[in-house]
This record gives sequence, structure tokens and C-alpha cells, in this order.
Amino acid sequence: MDYDSGFRLVNSLVSSSNGLAHQVGVLFDRRRAPAAMAEFLQFTFSGLTVGAVYALVAVGFTLIYNASDVVNFAQGEFVMLGGMVTVFLGYAGVPMPLAAAIAVLITTAVGLALYRLGIAPAHDASTVTMIIITIGASIFLRGVAEIIFDKRFHSLPALFGSDPIRVGGASILPQSVVVLASALLIVCLLCAFIDRTLYGKAVIATSANRMAATLVGINTRTIVGACFAISAAIGAVAGVLVTPITLTSYNVGTLLALKGFAAVMLGGIGNAMGAVVGGVLLGLFEAFAAGYLSASYKDAVAFVVILAVLFAMPQGLVGKTTVERV
Amino acid sequence: MLAEADRFRLLQHHRLFPLIPLAVIIVVLPLLFPSAYYYRVAALVFIFAIAALGLNLLMGFAGQVSLGHAGFMGVGAYAVAIGPSRLGIAPLLAFALGAACSAVLAFVVGRPILRLKGHYLAVATLGFGVLLTIVFTNEAKWTGGPDGMPVQQIIIINWTVHRIGTWYWILAASFLLSAVIALNLIDSPTGRALRAIHDSERAARVLGIEVAQKKLAVFVISAVYASVAGSFFALINGYVTPDASSFLRSIELVAMVVLGGMGSIVGSVVGSAVLVILPQALTVFHEYEHAILGLTLMAVMIFLRRGIVPSLSAALGGTYK
Repeated sequence: MDYDSGFRLVNSLVSSSNGLAHQVGVLFDRRRAPAAMAEFLQFTFSGLTVGAVYALVAVGFTLIYNASDVVNFAQGEFVMLGGMVTVFLGYAGVPMPLAAAIAVLITTAVGLALYRLGIAPAHDASTVTMIIITIGASIFLRGVAEIIFDKRFHSLPALFGSDPIRVGGASILPQSVVVLASALLIVCLLCAFIDRTLYGKAVIATSANRMAATLVGINTRTIVGACFAISAAIGAVAGVLVTPITLTSYNVGTLLALKGFAAVMLGGIGNAMGAVVGGVLLGLFEAFAAGYLSASYKDAVAFVVILAVLFAMPQGLVGKTTVERV
Repeated sequence: MLAEADRFRLLQHHRLFPLIPLAVIIVVLPLLFPSAYYYRVAALVFIFAIAALGLNLLMGFAGQVSLGHAGFMGVGAYAVAIGPSRLGIAPLLAFALGAACSAVLAFVVGRPILRLKGHYLAVATLGFGVLLTIVFTNEAKWTGGPDGMPVQQIIIINWTVHRIGTWYWILAASFLLSAVIALNLIDSPTGRALRAIHDSERAARVLGIEVAQKKLAVFVISAVYASVAGSFFALINGYVTPDASSFLRSIELVAMVVLGGMGSIVGSVVGSAVLVILPQALTVFHEYEHAILGLTLMAVMIFLRRGIVPSLSAALGGTYK
């Protein structure tokens, strides 16, 4: 269905951009660096760029998971909304920076609404029930995007043009650098927020023990709501930044959510730094698999990685054994 | 001598009792169908009810979630497509081979997957399902790739099954048969062991239940149910694409189980009926289909968490499962 045609389109886009870069690299390398090295650099850069986006999705996942124990399958839809709202505001004549800001605000509101209307009313539900609620939200948001926007692929102008920078025989889009720098900045800001502010401490307290947090006077509802809002905002920013490279469409969210989830699993669920590392590693694995093995099985990498990690370590990479009360 | 009322009560508590009203509905329904289109929709309901029934055994009774069960539907679907056209196997044999392949596959992946719990189990099964879809999409030489491939019709001794009316009866009978098997399984020592595992794996182990073995057994059975449903799905469509095994399809199956009611056999039919008929009824609002489907899933999970059948049953004060 639409999910899979989305898979294929994004897939072919990414692999064709890899292929193009590869050709450019080969032409260029005859004169300079050895081709193999340039190729390696090229794959590394495209892996890092995609990995940065996975990392941002994974960080959003982790924030929500830690605060509320909910695995939010609608995380990819935040990325989609960020990109699509910016694109369509741009079509309506709104200047790009303002359009991006409004898109992030709208997505944040959607994240908050998801918590207030979808998650909070079902707070004592089982894991499976929660998963179905967020999957329902994901399908709903996709459906709404399909109605309000359209089913085509859209792009945004890159921040610093699209003339590639050449490094050691590889060509990098300036936008890739923007994505990497912004992802780094966002993760640092988030860490500072969590570690240095009172609200951040309240988030830590809420994720450690919700009941105890309530007892010391923390309004956990507000805190969890805030986590949904921040997570949505991070997703939206990622969406705005990556659209010039990967394009966007109403259905790009699902695959992003699944890959973000894979990144989370790779790094160990509930661990923010692990999520970043997992995202970047996953991006690199994919780029190398696409470049050296098979472009058509690129999407399989994420899932092979999840299964391998889970089979080897049934509790996850950083999981701990818990005592079950019988 | 039992009084009339007592005899009815005994009958009511028989494990196959829930199937009597279903069988009556199955026989009466065609009398009300104005066109072949209705037969087709009913046939689809039976197909998804078979898959949901299998998944319900896994989710509702053993308490293990699977977000990749459509993968097994895909195996069944491609078995009846590839077997006859590429390998020259008779369609009926291909059907059985598909079920056998699913069983073997479930047996092999089930052991490591079922050691996982909660989110980990969910994501591992999801990954497994998506991997199968990727394989079906990419192995174009065998599967026709993203565009899919046609499926030959089943021939039973010179008699081609093609009328949708015939399919209705075949599928109704298959569905009832799978429901009887499921109900018998639930009422067996294995069924009781599964429910013990659902409540607490550790307590079940203390009671001497071979937890891993029982979980694997029900996983294999549910995979065979999904595979059979997938084969039927490919046969009545006459065509198969990787969509048969897509992630969204897996979610639909889970939604059918949860919507109808986990652990309720009748619920699986009700759940699949709702999710098959809803999109058909919404074709007028085709654009809004996804939005409404998503909203329905959320609303049911929030307001009717136990599922339609158990909630209704509780409201009516009955013990109907």
C-alpha cells in the first residue's frame, strides 16, 4: 500500500543520490585521491547525514519513552509534518524562515494534542494497547496530511545552495553539513536542558518514578506533556532540515519511525546518548550496505540489526534484568 | 432427567456453543446478499477472521504480541502464486507447502523471538515482518517484485473454483473449521498452560509448564493460520503483491484482534468484519479513509479497551465469549 510505495520511492531516491555521488566521485578521483578512498568518504558522509536524522527521531522516541513508557510510533509523522507544513506555507508565499518556525510550532501543538487526547486518557493501558493508539495516531496524521496536502513528493530550497563541497574526492551537499551541525546542537541543547534546568530534573524524576515525582510536588502530567511537545519539535526541525536532501511526502513518517526505533534498540531503549549513537551507526551501516553490498536491500539493514541485537541480548544492549513479582 | 432449562445451560457452556449463532448467520447471510460484491466482502471477512483467530491464540491466550504476522500471510500468498507458475506444483499442494513453510519459519525464528518481552518482542516481530516484505519486493525473479504476480486458480479434479459464491462456502467452512480447532486448543491442557503463561510466566514455570515450548507451539499454530489466510487471499484476488505482507497489514491484524476482544473467538470475527467492511463503506469518502481508520483505532483503544465483544458481553451481564 502507500507505506510501501513510500519505502520504495525514498529508497530509490537515496540510492540514486548515492549512485550520482559515486559517479561524480569516480570522475573526480582519476585526478586526485584513490577512488576507493573517495567512495568510502562519500558513503561515510551520506551515512552520517541520514544517521543524524535517525538520531533525532531516536532521541524523540527516548524522551517520550522515558517520561511515559510509551513507544510512540507517530514519531516519524512529526518529521513529515515539519517538512510538509513548511513546504505548503512556502507555496502560500510565507517566507521560508517564518514558514519553518510556524511548522515547528504546529507540530509541537500536534505532539501536545497527541498526549492530551490520545495518551493521557489511556494512561493505565497495556503496552500493546498503547502501541496501537500511537499507530492509530500515525495513520490518522498521515490521513490528515493526505487530505490537507497531497500525495506528491516535495522539496525545499537548501539553506546554502546545492553546490557540493569537495573533500578528498567525495562531494558533500552543504545541507548535509547543516543537518549534522543542527543535530549536534539539538542534542547538546537537550542535554543541557535535562541536566541543568529545574524542568529537566523534573523530567528525570518523572522517568525514574512517576509516583515519587508526584509526591514531591512535580506535576507529572505537565512534564510528560512537555516531553511530547519537545519531542515533536525536534522531529519537526529534523523534517525541515532534511527535506532539501531526501524530499518529503505525506507517507515518509512510517519508515522513519521504524528506523528510529531500530536506532533506539541498537543504543539500548531509554538511553538518550545510546539513541544518538544508535542513529548514527544505523545511518552508516545503511550507507555502507547500500554502497558495497546491495542498494535494494538497504532498508533491510535496520531490521537485521534489530534482530541481531535482540537475539544476542534479549534485554537490549544496556538492558538490566528485572525481578518480576509473581 | 434434566429439565429443559438445565439442558440448555449445559449446551450453553459447551465450548463450541459460540459457533452455533455464527453458523446460523453464515447460512442466512447469502439469502440477504443482493449482489456478488457482498459475497466478496464476506469472503474477505472470513479470510481475515482466520488470520485474526490465529493471532488471537498468540495474543489473547498466550499474551505474546506479534507486529509481523502479515509476513506469514505473505508466505502463504506467495506459495500459491510461485508454486504452480514457477515450480509446476499443483495449487492445492502449493497451499499445503505454504502452510508448512510458515510453520518451519515460525519454528526457526520463534525460539529466539519468543524469549523477548514487551517492547522488545513487539519490535522483533515487526522487524521480522518488514524483512519478509523487503524480500518479497526485491526478489523480482521469483515474486514479480513490487508489482506482484498473478495466481493460478485452484482446480479440484477438472473443476475450477472461480465463482465468488463457491468461495463464500469454502471460506465459511474453513473459517468454522479453524474456529473449532482454536476452541478445542483453548480447552486442552496446552490452552490452560497458555493462559497460565499469560498471567505470569514465572508462576507457570513453577507449576511445571514448559513455557518456551508452549509459546513456540502457539506461535507456529498462529503462523499456519496466517499462512492459510494469506493463500486464500491470493487465490480469491487472483493476484499477489508485497502488500499482502506489509507492516500496515500486520497492524490491521493486531487491530482486528484487539478491536474484537483479546481472547474472544467471536471477537476475532467481529474485529475483522469491522475492519474489512469499514473501508468498503468509506469508499464514498475515499480521501478520508486513513484518517477515519486511525481515529477509529485510537477511539476503540481509549474507550473500549477490552474490545467490542467482551465489553458488550459484560454490559449484557452474559458470559458469552
